[in-house]
Amino acid sequence: MSNKVTNVLLVGVGGQGTILAGRVLARTAVAAGVEVKVSDIHGMAQRGGSVVTQLRFGPRVYAPVMTPGTADYLVAFEKLEARRWLPYLKADGMLIVNDQELPPLPVLTGAAAYPANLLAEMEELVKRMLVIDAVSLARQAGNVKTANIVLLGALAKQLPFDRESWEAALAASVPQRFLEVNQKAFQLGWEQ
Amino acid sequence: MKELLIGNHALARGAWEAGLRVATAYPGTPSTEIIEALAGYPEVYAEWAPNEKVALEVAIGAAIGGARSLAAMKHVGLNVAADPFMTLAYTGVNAGLVLVSADDPGLFSSQNEQDNRFYARMAQIPCLEPADSQEVKDMTALAFKLSEEYDTPVLLRLTTRIAHAYSLVELGERRELPLRDYVKDPSKYVMLPVYGKARHYVVEERRRRLEAFAETTSLNRIEWADRRVGVITAGVAYQYVKEALPGVSVLKLGLTYPLPDKLLKEFIAAVDICYVVEELEPFLEEQIRARGLKVTGKELLPRVDELNPAIVARTVGKQVAAVEPQLAPAAGDEKQDAAATEASELPARPPLMCPGCPHRGIFYTLKKLQLVVAGDIGCYTLGATAPLKAMDTCICMGASLGVAMGLEKARGADFSRQVVAVIGDSTFLHSGMTGLLDMVYNGGNGTLIILDNGTTAMTGHQQHPGTGFTVAMKPAPKADLEQIVRALGVERVQLVDSYDLEAVEKAVKEETTAAGPSVIIARRPCALLEKGVKTSCAVDELSCLGCEECLELGCPALSFNGEQAVIDPLQCNGCTLCAQVCPAQAIVKAGEAK
Repeated sequence: MSNKVTNVLLVGVGGQGTILAGRVLARTAVAAGVEVKVSDIHGMAQRGGSVVTQLRFGPRVYAPVMTPGTADYLVAFEKLEARRWLPYLKADGMLIVNDQELPPLPVLTGAAAYPANLLAEMEELVKRMLVIDAVSLARQAGNVKTANIVLLGALAKQLPFDRESWEAALAASVPQRFLEVNQKAFQLGWEQ
Repeated sequence: MKELLIGNHALARGAWEAGLRVATAYPGTPSTEIIEALAGYPEVYAEWAPNEKVALEVAIGAAIGGARSLAAMKHVGLNVAADPFMTLAYTGVNAGLVLVSADDPGLFSSQNEQDNRFYARMAQIPCLEPADSQEVKDMTALAFKLSEEYDTPVLLRLTTRIAHAYSLVELGERRELPLRDYVKDPSKYVMLPVYGKARHYVVEERRRRLEAFAETTSLNRIEWADRRVGVITAGVAYQYVKEALPGVSVLKLGLTYPLPDKLLKEFIAAVDICYVVEELEPFLEEQIRARGLKVTGKELLPRVDELNPAIVARTVGKQVAAVEPQLAPAAGDEKQDAAATEASELPARPPLMCPGCPHRGIFYTLKKLQLVVAGDIGCYTLGATAPLKAMDTCICMGASLGVAMGLEKARGADFSRQVVAVIGDSTFLHSGMTGLLDMVYNGGNGTLIILDNGTTAMTGHQQHPGTGFTVAMKPAPKADLEQIVRALGVERVQLVDSYDLEAVEKAVKEETTAAGPSVIIARRPCALLEKGVKTSCAVDELSCLGCEECLELGCPALSFNGEQAVIDPLQCNGCTLCAQVCPAQAIVKAGEAK
């Protein structure tokens, strides 16, 4: 593994499961013996607002938050949030984006319009981009709520940790009765 | 064994290892997880107190009684507990007492971003500031030791990025400590004026001893590197300095009150130029300047909002880079500003009430009736945001009642017919009862709506005295809101179902026009706790007029396709508020014929 710090930014909407996905990644990184720092947002911001989990790992990590323009991976659970946090991505960083629109309240009430052509716009701005229909894949896995684990599976494929560590971290992070569906979701993401 | 822990869990672990016996708190972001974690240790008695003042008083009693104790609260919670806190500084402890203040720079979930280090200085007690979860755990143990050695409470100050950030922690074992003897000592614990004055001398003498301790403790350390630039820092800001300014000499303060006079002088004299990098107020900086020492801090750094490595690089880093570019490699990076500008052009995604939230219909009604709403602290403070915009004030926990009373006394009883106070069940039990008592006692005519969702929702569904369960989920006596308000002297009390808009409107109209104080208890469990059979509503496309009235509810399950309303069945929980407000009866529960 390189001696540099790897920055992963997980962004989405409160309730989409960014925190759990971050937790599985953190456990995997810890098992690999690197230093890990994670920063989540709790409290009022969680109520359907824009949420972000910042995760950093490497031989020595100081700050629990990262600087714009330094994320190696931006995993966006929603398209508008992908665009919102895009300035955090490194020039050669990778964007993994869920092809899902969750209109924020100003859009729902008609005070603002949901930006059109977000994917095309980001395609122009980003060198490496992977678009995933995580909701459909989650449904295919057996539970629409595992879209977060689908996206995690897609990210996992890009990271330098072995598959067994991911499986162990997943098993340690979700309740036993939901493990199988989460394993399926992870696999579907991994295959993307 | 190393584990990845948030600061709050590291704190709980550290306290448990240090032989903690009694832990108390009222939930408040970012402190809530401390007590939740401590409730899982069988050796520790943990409780949710009705408010922070009571929590600290319980901790004081436990410490006087010989048990190591801990009280945890968010920064504004210490305002509530400030009364016992200031006198606790005089009495001192018997067994160790640690007071945790979890501050919220950046206001992720708070009404202000006050810097609670000033409380330590005001009370003349030690303030510890850890910089990651390992330090949280280590400093917790040390805080108990200090507390006992110096007979003082210790303020352990976390911030959101410490309390809620994960980092690796080496776990240890619990050290069981015997109860210290309980000794009756009125001159120490009964703060009559005569004893209080005597104790104030003790506080002064103790501070001098703590100042000496500050000079030698390993809590404060110098990391010598390039001596052209020195930085004095503490807490999470230390991490930002290490990240943004690699290679500068650093004086890291773990004990931020009282300060080490000689160490500061030695460090500042040994570097060419010295900066102070701290979040929020110039707490360290002003004390250092008061010594006649030359440092630079808030001339460059903001006093508002949390810091991060980018801010440190753009401010202090720019000057440091002029000395030696390698000491601040990211100083020229302007991406932070670009990010802020770009994001501001996109539709914002503010937090909002959940689908099926029982608060929604109340605020819809209050807006419809054009009432002045004195609000309070909880999820329902979101009633202030668009499209409901049905809240006029929100000051602090419990303030709704006093504010409503003050509005009436300023503008007369007629005006009070247009005013309601709105408070949640947990907040009412925290500090709303005395406000209601004031209204009864002093002849107010106000109307209070208690939004009873049966939990402390905002902080993550904690139990409280009205839920019937303790923090450890053991059955407990359930405070009866109706009996309480009647006992306080309110004669007009109505119970309504929060989902029944007609009943809510009728009750609000009746009670705002009635003379004397009245209370409406609007009851419905928090929608996030309703795990039963989920139904959803649907729009009948033949009937929907496209009037958009339902969108006034601000429900995330409802949107408009340009012609008609649309309900997302995955989000909808079938509360039927939209069906009730629809003038064309175009919304029905799925499966129900129109």
